Amino acid sequence: MSVMSEFIKGIYKENPVFRLALGLCPVLAVSTSISNAIGMGAATTFVLLSSNIIVSLLMLLFSKILSEGGQKSINKIRIPMFIVVIASFVTIVEMVMSAYFPVLSESLGIFIPLIVVNCIILGRAEGYASKNPLIPSIADAIGMGIGFTLALVAIAFVRELLGSGALLGQNIMSSNFKPVLLMILPPGAFLVIGLYLALLNWLDLRKKES
Amino acid sequence: MEYGIFQIIILSIFINNFVLARFLGLCPYMGVSKQLDSAIGMGMAVTFVMTIASLVTWLLYTFFLAPTYQNIFYTLFSTPIQNVPDLTFLRTIVFILVIASLVQFIEMYIQKVSPTLYRALGIYLPLITTNCAILGVAVLNIDLFFADGLPRDSSFIHTLVQAFSAGIGFTLVLVLMAGIREKLELANIPKPLQGLPIAFIVAGLMSIAFLGFSGMNIE
Repeated sequence: MSVMSEFIKGIYKENPVFRLALGLCPVLAVSTSISNAIGMGAATTFVLLSSNIIVSLLMLLFSKILSEGGQKSINKIRIPMFIVVIASFVTIVEMVMSAYFPVLSESLGIFIPLIVVNCIILGRAEGYASKNPLIPSIADAIGMGIGFTLALVAIAFVRELLGSGALLGQNIMSSNFKPVLLMILPPGAFLVIGLYLALLNWLDLRKKES
Repeated sequence: MEYGIFQIIILSIFINNFVLARFLGLCPYMGVSKQLDSAIGMGMAVTFVMTIASLVTWLLYTFFLAPTYQNIFYTLFSTPIQNVPDLTFLRTIVFILVIASLVQFIEMYIQKVSPTLYRALGIYLPLITTNCAILGVAVLNIDLFFADGLPRDSSFIHTLVQAFSAGIGFTLVLVLMAGIREKLELANIPKPLQGLPIAFIVAGLMSIAFLGFSGMNIE
């Protein structure tokens, strides 16, 4: 039950993008099309999951083999340690993407190496995985990863539909639909995420009143 | 396309503004833009760290990671150029470690040398490590000013100019945003839009304004 709730919370109640406002740079930058959004979401979920597993295991190992003093000094260098773990997985993602998905890697561009500084990943490693055992950490990572991907797809859905009249690259609007070019340009990202946040606030307020 | 120094300055401050066009450094842009004073402090700290981080990462990339004619394996140990190891895949790990430790050093150094400056920038410095604009500018420098792993003409100067003007561009939009948000405090905003949503919409409008700069002819 508790593992399930760890998994569920990342999707809506503590959605990393809409609720915690973390990792905004990639969300705004790569949400021009749904395929980009899914690619970015998958890459981030992979890094999140792997780093959560390693961090959780590392901390478990340290608590088993180190004396109290040793644990204290490990605590001081834990953030650089987490960053190295995350950066290694990001490098793996970078290499795999450019080898097997060159088109996706081209369109995500600089935002693949920038997964390292995505606050969600360091935030979950530091705030959750370093304090919890392996299984809940895995559930937390998958939940957060899916929540992040869903948020990205939700934004990309609006931007791709209005900005190029297509979904997943397929034209679906009638021929006299004029694409709102603004939506796939940078301002569209800001406006769409602002309106999404307002919508969620409005739903919350209505729930509180009733 | 090769640009001159003046073009790079205009490009990175206005046309490809780091926040509004490239979406880098949004966390401080949303987080520290509530007051004008802290926005100026953050902007200065980011500009400073960005320039130094770009300098150091450029040096590391040219002399250690990329198989260039400046690589120390070639210059010091006279390894034949085709045997110089290509370590460019380590870029992400090396850069983030360098930036994280650099920020620590800068913090300690400023604290020692200039307590006044430390009081102005101190609290922003630790936040900068996870600011994606710093790593972003370091990676972008490599993408823009290196071709096939070799530095372009005067890529060192261009790197410094781009980093510094990217910082200026960041400071500019941060300060503009802080000015607007101080006024927004007094405005009567519908309840669901209060806080972050209206900040995003303001950022969207600013981004539309900055789109106008892309019509500039900088040839």
